[in-house]
Amino acid sequence: MSGREAILNKVRASLNAGAGDRKTAVDERLRSAPRGLIPARGQLADAERVALFEAQAAKVFSTTERLASHADLPAAVASYLRSKNLPASIRMGGDPRLRGSHWSSQPALEVRDGPSDGSDEAGLSHAFGAIAETGTLVLHSGPDNPTTVNFLPEHHLVVVDAKDVAGDLETVLANIRDRFGKGVMPRTLNMITGPSRSGDIEQKMLLGAHGPRALHVFIVEG
Amino acid sequence: MQITSPSFKKNSVQALSDAQLQKALGNVRAGFIDKRTKAVDALPEFDALRDNGKAIKDHTLAHLDLYLEAYEEQVKKAGGHVHWAQTAEDARNIILDLCKTRGVKTVTKGKSMISEEIALNDALEEAGVRPVETDLGEYIIQLRGEHPSHIIAPAVHLNKEQIEADFRRVHTHLPADRKLVEHEKLLTEARAVLRAEYFKADLGITGANFLVAETGSSIIVTNEGNGDLTQILPRVHVVIASIEKVVPTLEDAAQILRLLARSATGQEMSVYTTVSTGGRRESDPDGPDEYHVVLLDNGRSSMLGTEFQEMLRCIRCGACMNHCPVYHAVGGHAYGWVYPGPMGAVLTPSLIGVDKGGHLPNASTFCGRCESVCPMRIPLPKMMRHWREREFERGLNPAVARYGLKSWAFFARRPRLYRFFASFGIPALSMLGGAKRRFSWLPFAGGWTKYRELPAPEGRTFMQQWAQREALKQEVSS
Ligand code: SF4
Repeated sequence: MSGREAILNKVRASLNAGAGDRKTAVDERLRSAPRGLIPARGQLADAERVALFEAQAAKVFSTTERLASHADLPAAVASYLRSKNLPASIRMGGDPRLRGSHWSSQPALEVRDGPSDGSDEAGLSHAFGAIAETGTLVLHSGPDNPTTVNFLPEHHLVVVDAKDVAGDLETVLANIRDRFGKGVMPRTLNMITGPSRSGDIEQKMLLGAHGPRALHVFIVEG
Repeated sequence: MQITSPSFKKNSVQALSDAQLQKALGNVRAGFIDKRTKAVDALPEFDALRDNGKAIKDHTLAHLDLYLEAYEEQVKKAGGHVHWAQTAEDARNIILDLCKTRGVKTVTKGKSMISEEIALNDALEEAGVRPVETDLGEYIIQLRGEHPSHIIAPAVHLNKEQIEADFRRVHTHLPADRKLVEHEKLLTEARAVLRAEYFKADLGITGANFLVAETGSSIIVTNEGNGDLTQILPRVHVVIASIEKVVPTLEDAAQILRLLARSATGQEMSVYTTVSTGGRRESDPDGPDEYHVVLLDNGRSSMLGTEFQEMLRCIRCGACMNHCPVYHAVGGHAYGWVYPGPMGAVLTPSLIGVDKGGHLPNASTFCGRCESVCPMRIPLPKMMRHWREREFERGLNPAVARYGLKSWAFFARRPRLYRFFASFGIPALSMLGGAKRRFSWLPFAGGWTKYRELPAPEGRTFMQQWAQREALKQEVSS
């Protein structure tokens, strides 16, 4: 008997399974994916929801900045890098929302294409959405926004459209389902709540463990 | 790893006199409790979410076979592979085989308690594969050849001077006169050393906080980002998870996620919550080529349908140990195996047998704090009592305890005899207590009285006082 059958048989025997129609309940739950309790905190009108996202992001040591449109992105990125004394170079994937901006308007800024190889000081991604309840960004893998850009650079800069800032995680999950199809997921879905940190040395919280030391969010209102 | 749970008592005595450990344990008392309270207070729906979390897991466990089948089907659809392991040995063999067939030399590892449970690192090393722990705490204890003393803060038993000494001993490629005093310096050094390892590794192993039947995904929750670098840089990603980690849908995971970080570290959400499904897709520029899941049973299926089934709701948040006075006093290593604290006291005898782990359920004052903070509402004290009963039934307690309890039971079943002796016993003991009215030594309880004194009983017996009260009441009402 394979390990699979042995384990499943033991589970069935212990549960005394067989009695009644158990499969219908399971199929129904998997099909309908009922929502549980959604905390009231994030259930706000548009403007307040974005403000809550900013407040929650600040609590976890992210920084935020509002931009009127994607067109402002190159200048804002260049200015962030200057303010941190970083080289004028940014890593990013092929997301048309990022690539549509006029990067040539910043001639001193080098734009590096594709996934990160670990040599980048700063990376730029476009988030799929955000969660106001916890100040969380949601990104998914693919050529538009390679996952390595989320973790290898010291500074992670993330763009999110104000209209994609949801109140709660469940709303973002529903949007993911709409985008990829029921039961289908991208290889990686990253929910990111602040820069990387560790408290493993004497429970003292320090930023910049293995991932980025800084997380800066551009909220595009246009 | 060598199991030392049977010598819990000896381990505890050592722990109590270990000054370094006692200093470090202060960080548990100071750190976790306040942070959790604040986070819980900030979410009015927390208790209602606990009810939901419990209901989700109860439903899943009652249909576990079906959800495991559904989960497997979805993993396969996404191009992943599921391996079923009945025992720790099966799990080790599956992973060793993956390493062998793919010519793996170096394995990076995200934090996984299952990996500890199956003693994976020893097996890898024996097979000539180099395991590198990447969670900072796990990395530190790997350098020391130790095991985690806490399920979410593995190195909580150490002070920074000890860690500095280890880094100086092992990182010999760095200048000997470098400054390493501050916490930040230690972190930066570990970060640089481990960065290189992520790129070297051929295979990355992570655990899973959840497996999602709806989508065939595994979810991990970390703060450092090590679990992510561990899975996106090597060619192969292997997830090791026990069968009870499955939940039906992403929505169900979302409910429990709200409980997990708050209960564990007092965060509203951990920094990285990562949902992984299959290997990299054709158009993906990064991520692992292969995705494997090793599903471990190792005794869990036998807990279903018993008084210990509820323990399978555990989400390994660590709140029970963070609030446990016994854990605060002796730390995690005294428990002698992988899982310490109240959850370990219940789980260990289930997984390694009551003959080896049966001592642990005695390590409780039954103060009930663990149950009151457990986000999954697991009745930990009740389960520890179940184990004590089983231990007693099987004659595994020490002789003194057995005879003591037996003779007490003899009298307890004969109330008149009991009262007769008690009415003599109290004045006698009160006299023996001397002028202080306290005992600094008692027969068979020398261990207890070594650290405190027992007040001698005073006045009359409970039954005598009760009778007097009742008589008084009668007088008043008549
Ligand atoms: S028993 Fe409860 S409190 Fe303890 S680790 Fe498990 S879920 Fe957390």
